[in-house]
Amino acid sequence: MKDLIEIRWHGRGGQGAKTASLLLADTAFNTGKYIQGFPEYGPERMGAPITAYNRISNSPIRIHSNIYEPDYVVVVDDTLLESVDVTAGLKEDGAIVINTTKDKEYLNKVLHGYKGKIYTIDARKISLEALGKYFPNTPMLAAIVKVAGIMDENKFLEDMKGSFKHKFAKKPEVIDGNMKALELALKQVNEVQ
Amino acid sequence: MGIRERLSGNEAAAIAMKQINPDVVAAFPITPSTEIPQYFSTFVSNGAVDTEFVAVESEHSAMSACVGAEAAGARAMTATSANGLSYMWEMIYIASSLRLPIVMSLVNRAVSGPLNIHCDHSDAMGVRDSGWIMLFSENNQEAYDNLIMAHRIAEHKDVLLPLMVCQDGFITSHSIENIELIEDDKVKEFVGTYKPEHYLLNEKEPIAIGPLDVQSYLFEHKYQQAEAMRNAKKVINEVAKDFEKMTGRKYSFFEEYQMEDADIAIVCMNSTAGTVKTVVDELRANGIKAGLVKVRMFRPFPAEEIATALGNVKAVAIMDKSDSLNGAGGALFEDVTSAMYVNQKQVPAVSYVYGIGGRDTTAKDIHEVYSSLQEVVKEGKVTNPYRYVGLRK
Repeated sequence: MKDLIEIRWHGRGGQGAKTASLLLADTAFNTGKYIQGFPEYGPERMGAPITAYNRISNSPIRIHSNIYEPDYVVVVDDTLLESVDVTAGLKEDGAIVINTTKDKEYLNKVLHGYKGKIYTIDARKISLEALGKYFPNTPMLAAIVKVAGIMDENKFLEDMKGSFKHKFAKKPEVIDGNMKALELALKQVNEVQ
Repeated sequence: MGIRERLSGNEAAAIAMKQINPDVVAAFPITPSTEIPQYFSTFVSNGAVDTEFVAVESEHSAMSACVGAEAAGARAMTATSANGLSYMWEMIYIASSLRLPIVMSLVNRAVSGPLNIHCDHSDAMGVRDSGWIMLFSENNQEAYDNLIMAHRIAEHKDVLLPLMVCQDGFITSHSIENIELIEDDKVKEFVGTYKPEHYLLNEKEPIAIGPLDVQSYLFEHKYQQAEAMRNAKKVINEVAKDFEKMTGRKYSFFEEYQMEDADIAIVCMNSTAGTVKTVVDELRANGIKAGLVKVRMFRPFPAEEIATALGNVKAVAIMDKSDSLNGAGGALFEDVTSAMYVNQKQVPAVSYVYGIGGRDTTAKDIHEVYSSLQEVVKEGKVTNPYRYVGLRK
């Protein structure tokens, strides 16, 4: 991992992009890193485009502004691709991770010929298979951890089990499904060749 | 040796309050400080504190309840933002003039209107002459640390003034960042027990608080408030020294970053100071002698000390996250420049208004301010001292 990595999340209100950014901050914190996790607050309503951010660093983070030149971008909802300039400022030696089943030709068109790496994952299929409901944030969290090489995959799964036990203390029946979603996502995130 | 954690600024403030375990908390929810009383009320429900939590119907009542509690002899705290503080306005002055050391967590937000829930400092600047001690915080750590120090300062017999700890709404209040917490028992010992000298519930000394105060004495009482504010400087330093012994974290009236040999300097408060530090490092790597003065203690204002700190630079920009709308410059700008004039430090100075209503202040904006200071140095004069950065062109 680089000394400082900056990640921007694009999602829609209610999909859990903010929660995913906070979980990613937690995950990186547990590996001993300095972290920031913060959403860009706008009018909060279901379905509206939202942005969230992460900084992960080996040294204390002092900057307090939004991220304009991210190393990685995560797109939780591919219906944003035609309305939001998701690759704005994205570094070419970085990568974008998209929850989509769309093909390469379509992606190249909506990403304005972005030259960095493009990864896709079908978070809907994974979520439905693992949880029986559509919660894309858990698979997307696993996808970015893998793509950005934030930590060892087994360590990540171990940590997340602890987090879920805490987070879902009142509904332990969803823990196994969420763990399965992470495992599937780690296997199924693929670079578009 | 401290507890490594990751918390938002609001969580950090709520945990500081839990560790302080005050007698009374009275608060009314308002974005972006809502989470502070929200988290605190769960501590009350879970029995983690034995505080009397008063869920009032408005901020005017929140401050009134704090005034009543503190006058009765209890340690009282509250939290608010923007229009919540505006609604407290009348009681803010009552709290300070009755010399009640109430502690407030103020999460800075633009005062309407039009309606805006995002960060600027217009709420804090509106009460800068109300007789409250005002400490500003760059991040969650400083918001937490300032709260832990607050009661020791406010309740000191030479001070007896209310105190507010400010942090930036959303920017730090809702951002999860690393923090080092202090163990509960250490905080308890550091903060100590509140032992007021005069209070309403003391049956051995029946007193009246807040009666009519006309021409014969109000002037003297205001003089005493001003004297208490002057005394606060010494106490703030003493408490910071004890705090440093406990945590290793050093606090002063203001933080000087790369000021020893600085040619150009920015003065600002709260979260933007962190962004300025990263820009100072970038400029220094290119041989430009940039520096930062981050004001922590805004009230009392460290006039002489700040004039000394800036006395040798060739140009200074004072950045205000609110506009005084006086046609002449921001509030911090006016305080800093008058301090320099009185202390005979002749340095070209400009006012930069920035970040109003949550406008993001970027490293690029800060670079623009330093570049403009280089221009001032080159030209040797200031043609327009009242400027904006980050405004739509």
